[in-house]
Amino acid sequence: MSDINSYRRKFLGGLAGTAAVATVAPGVFLREVQAKPAGEAVSEKVRWGMLIDINKLDDGGDACIEACKKEHGWGNDPKSNDAQQAQWIRKVKVTEKMTGHEVTLPVMCQHCETAPCVDVCPTGASMKRADGIVQVNKHICIGCRYCMMACPYKARSFVHETIVDQRPDTPRGKGTVESCNMCVNRVDEGKNPACVDAAPQAMLFGDLNDDDSPISQALKKFGGTQIRADLGLNTGVRYWGI
Amino acid sequence: MATQVTFSEVKNNGLGYWGVLGFFGLLVLGGVFAFLHMHEGHYTTGMNNQVVWGIPHVFAIFLIVAASGAANIATIGTVFGQDVYKPQGRLSLALAGSLLFGGLVVLLLDLGSLGHVIEMAKGALNFKSIFAWNMILYSGFLLIITLYNWTMMDRRKIAKKLYKPLGIVNMAWRFMLTMGTGSIFGFLVARQYYDAAILAPLFIVSSYVFGTAIYSLVLMASFKLTGRDLGDIVLNRLRNSMAVYLVLVLFFEMTRHLTNLYATEHHAVEAYILTGDSIFTSLFWYGQIILGSLVPMFLVWCRFFKNNRLAHVTAAVLAVIGGMIQIYVILIGGQSFPLILFPNAEVSSAFFDGVNNAYTATMSEYLLGIGGVGLAVALVIVGMKGLRLLPTSLADDVIDPLNLEKK
Repeated sequence: MSDINSYRRKFLGGLAGTAAVATVAPGVFLREVQAKPAGEAVSEKVRWGMLIDINKLDDGGDACIEACKKEHGWGNDPKSNDAQQAQWIRKVKVTEKMTGHEVTLPVMCQHCETAPCVDVCPTGASMKRADGIVQVNKHICIGCRYCMMACPYKARSFVHETIVDQRPDTPRGKGTVESCNMCVNRVDEGKNPACVDAAPQAMLFGDLNDDDSPISQALKKFGGTQIRADLGLNTGVRYWGI
Repeated sequence: MATQVTFSEVKNNGLGYWGVLGFFGLLVLGGVFAFLHMHEGHYTTGMNNQVVWGIPHVFAIFLIVAASGAANIATIGTVFGQDVYKPQGRLSLALAGSLLFGGLVVLLLDLGSLGHVIEMAKGALNFKSIFAWNMILYSGFLLIITLYNWTMMDRRKIAKKLYKPLGIVNMAWRFMLTMGTGSIFGFLVARQYYDAAILAPLFIVSSYVFGTAIYSLVLMASFKLTGRDLGDIVLNRLRNSMAVYLVLVLFFEMTRHLTNLYATEHHAVEAYILTGDSIFTSLFWYGQIILGSLVPMFLVWCRFFKNNRLAHVTAAVLAVIGGMIQIYVILIGGQSFPLILFPNAEVSSAFFDGVNNAYTATMSEYLLGIGGVGLAVALVIVGMKGLRLLPTSLADDVIDPLNLEKK
C-alpha cells in the first residue's frame, strides 16, 4: 500500500472517529470550551491549536486566505508594493527536490509555545497569551521589526502606511507589526477562527491541553507534523499530509 | 613623556571651522528631511516585508560598532598603560559617544512607531530580548564614557582616583556592548546566515577596525585643520593596530564561513554569498576582502608607504568602506536569502517564499544613514570647540621626548 493510501485510510478513519465524538450534526463541530466572559482573564489551562489536513483543502487554502482577509482587512494597502503588502496567511507550494512530490498548504503564525518573536521583542509587544495565542500588542510595538527577523515562518508583516477603514475587531496601525492572531476576537466569543470556518472539512480548532478535545484526540491518534519541528518550538498549528 | 601634553579647545573662528561644521550640519538636515519623508510610512522606502532592515540599519549598526572601537584608543592608554595613547583618550571617548549617539538616532528614527518608545521608559521592557539589553548597554556606555572623560579632564583627586577603574569598567562594558550588537544576529535561530555565536566576537574585532580607522581620520583631519603637530609615532601605532585588527577580522570571517561550510544545512546560503551571482558575492570578495581588508593591510605594511600619510588616510577610508560593506553583506545578504521552511524542498508562494529577496534602498534611506554620520561628526566638532579634547601637539618629541620609541 502506498504511503498516500495508507495516510488516507488513517485520516478518514481518524476523522470519522473524531467526528463521532464531536459532531451533533454533519459539518457542525462541538466546541469543547465555551466563550470566555468579557473581563475574565485568559486561562493557561487552555492552549488553543489548529490541525490542518492539507489533502482536504481542495483549493490549497484559498478560501482560508480570503476569509482571513475579510475578517482582518489586510492585503490591499494601496500605497505599499507587492513586497510590502501584509500577509497574515499565504499558500505555499512545496516540491520535494528528489521525488518531485508536490503539496500546497496554508502557512500563517504557527503560535509556537516558545516563540522566537516573543523572545526578541524589546518591549514585550510581541506576546503569547496564557492560552497560547501569539499576537502583537499594537500599543507598545515600536516597529523595530526584530520579531520579523526572528520568525522562522515569515508569518509577520509590517504595516507600511496609514490604514483607513479598519475592521473594528482588528486594529491595524502604521509602523507596527502584525500577524495571524488565531482570530482572538472570535475565539474569545466562543467562535472558530475565520479560516477554520472557511474550510471546516480540513481544519480543526480546539484546546490542545484538553485530552478529550477532538483536536487532541486526533493528534494523539495520528500525530501531526510541525513545520521546522527541528527548531523545537512546539507549534500550536499542526498539519496532516505534509 | 606623555604627561607633558597639554590640551586646548579649537580656537579657529573663521570660515574653516564653521564651513566644516556647516557641511556636516547639512548632512544632518538631509537626515531630518529623510525622516520626515519616511514618517509617511515605510512604503516610501525600499524596505519591505522580506528585507525588513535596510540601509539605515547598516549605517546605525556600523556607527554603534565603530563607537566601541573608537573608545578602544582610550582603553589602550588607561588599562594597558600605553603612554602614546593616553593623550588621545579624550578625543577617543568624545568620538565614541558621538558615533554611538549618531547610530542610535538613525536606529530610532527608522522605527515604525517612534512614539511608542516612551512605553519602554514606562517599563515595557522584555529582558529576554537582546534589543532591550542593548538599550541598557548603549545608555550605560554613554554614561560611562562621560564619567571616564571627566576623570581625564578634571584635575581633582577624586577624578584621578577614578581614572583607571572607569577605564576598566569602560573596557568591560564595551565588550558586552559589541557582543550584544553582534548577538542581535547571533540569536536569530531560523536565519541561515546568522544564528552563530561567532558573530559576537566577530563584531568585537570589527569594532576595533571601524573605530581605529574613523579615529585616525578624525585625528588627522582635526590636527591638520587646526594647525597642530601630529607625529609619526602616534600615527604608526594607529595604522599598525588597524592592520592587525583587519587580520583578526579576516580570521574570524574565515572561521565563520568554514564552520558554516562544514554543515550541509548552510551550504546553500554560503554558496549564495561566496560564489553566487548576486551583488553580495562581489561586495564580499571585492569590497570587504580585497578593497576593505587586503589593500589597507598592504598600504599599512608595505615599506614603500612607511610614514606616508596619504597611504594611511587611504587605508583608513578603505577600511571604513570595507566595514560598511561587511555590515551590508551580513545584514542585507542574510535577509536576501530565503527562509528554509522545508529542507530538501523547493517552495514558492505569492509572498516571495523560496526566492532571493531583492532590496533597493531609496534616497531617503541613504540620507537618514548619512545624516547619522553627519550628526556624529558634527557633535565631535562642536565638542572640540567647547571642550579641551585635542592635545595641542602630538609631535614625536612631545609624545616621546626621550626618544624611546623606535620610528
